[in-house]
Amino acid sequence: MSTTSHDHLYILYNLIAKDFKVRYRNMSLGIFWSLMNPLIMMAVLSYVFTRVFPTKIHNFPVFLLIGLVPFNFFSLAWASGTNSILDNAALVKKVRFHREVIPISVVLGNVIHFAIQLILLMLLMFWFGGAINRHWFWLPVVFGLEIVFVCGLALAFSALDVYYRDIRYVVESANLVLFWMVPIFYSHDQVPKDFVVFYELNPVAAVVQACRMILLEARSPLHSLMIKLTLVSFGSLLFGFVLFGRLKKRFADYV
Amino acid sequence: MTLIELESVGKRYFLHHKRQLLAERVAGKLRRRERVSFWALRDVNLRIEAGEAVGIIGANGAGKSTLLSIVVGVTSPTEGTVIQRGRAAALLELGSGFHPDLTGRENIHLNAALLGYNRAMVQARLDSIVEFAGIPDFIDEPLRTYSSGMMARLGFSVAIHLDPDILVLDEVLSVGDQEFQKKCVDRIEDFRRQGKTLLFVSHSAGAVESLCRRAVWLELGRVRRDGPAAEVVAEYRNAPARVGV
Repeated sequence: MSTTSHDHLYILYNLIAKDFKVRYRNMSLGIFWSLMNPLIMMAVLSYVFTRVFPTKIHNFPVFLLIGLVPFNFFSLAWASGTNSILDNAALVKKVRFHREVIPISVVLGNVIHFAIQLILLMLLMFWFGGAINRHWFWLPVVFGLEIVFVCGLALAFSALDVYYRDIRYVVESANLVLFWMVPIFYSHDQVPKDFVVFYELNPVAAVVQACRMILLEARSPLHSLMIKLTLVSFGSLLFGFVLFGRLKKRFADYV
Repeated sequence: MTLIELESVGKRYFLHHKRQLLAERVAGKLRRRERVSFWALRDVNLRIEAGEAVGIIGANGAGKSTLLSIVVGVTSPTEGTVIQRGRAAALLELGSGFHPDLTGRENIHLNAALLGYNRAMVQARLDSIVEFAGIPDFIDEPLRTYSSGMMARLGFSVAIHLDPDILVLDEVLSVGDQEFQKKCVDRIEDFRRQGKTLLFVSHSAGAVESLCRRAVWLELGRVRRDGPAAEVVAEYRNAPARVGV
């Protein structure tokens, strides 16, 4: 089997580098676009929720950004991951290597922007008087689990998208629903009791909740929350690999 | 050693017009109507030994590219078995794996990784790849400024430097100019002298005749003739074309 001689980490690196270069080469503001989007969202939503529907939440812009940044990463990585196999049809048809590398490279490419936005978030935290504490050690764990979770989704949905082209629109709609159904501009405590169960089942809501505990309340996230998040994330990854592995054999005939 | 072994290989494709919409899939399941299919390849038996140079000829739709895709492992056969040994470098299409916004040099890295190089191999051969491509003024320009001949130069240069056991080429040399074609042919002959294997698809019977000693003539997905290149090509030239699909 000639695929085994391929250096898939090197392929992964090259695909991520390609995405990164291509995305910024044709933009004069380059990497600042990664910062503009959350800043604009933060400005607009802060206006709405401090002036139109005043909220009681303290330091609302920071509170908002802690929800917005992980959510943005999730929705962008999931959506672009879903399109990844079809977007790379030429590769799938003509070059042999493990196809799993494609959706994973797209998710990891989005991690770069995620990291840039996190730096912005940290700066804003300090500006609003926040300080580093030992619970921040949890942050890489929480974000790592989110990345694992999205990798699983991207694998599963990119494979399905090859056979059912409407999948990408399903993902788009789901992202729209999730924007409202994840506690981004409201807090977990404000969720009506009979709806709490939907939030408990949603890993993105769990990520946001954990980040708020760490960054705003300076405590470690609930262990029950972290255990659930770990199980769901690795479950998603496993499911993604298994489904992708079953479906990838006929990719070249369908893309 | 036998590097490529195909045994009664067949590949069936379904003709499905709106198939990739969810609603059509569901409706199709309910109606259970017959799906229209055709065999792009059928009953193909092929053994290629190390050191052979085999050309595949045939009209459009004869199954040439499908055959190469199966040999390389990009797609799997519907029936039959395929065994491929040794390291293969395949150039199935001009510029597959190239990105128009990256420079020639950046594309060399990307393409090399996809073909099976690791970092050390790329670094060791980068200068030689650039030199063989012979487009020094364009190597740091984005690929969208390239002509198709320049892309062929770059693609072929990357593939040949991988130093594969089997080089698989699908109709990629025809766009290069005379000088570069000559360079490629020389390089392929060098490669052949090292006892390496070539599998080559072309519409141009002349190119097959000059590069290969053996030719396989595909017609409507079946092997019509397999033998010495000169004989097969002569016969192919005299036969009325039967175009598939």
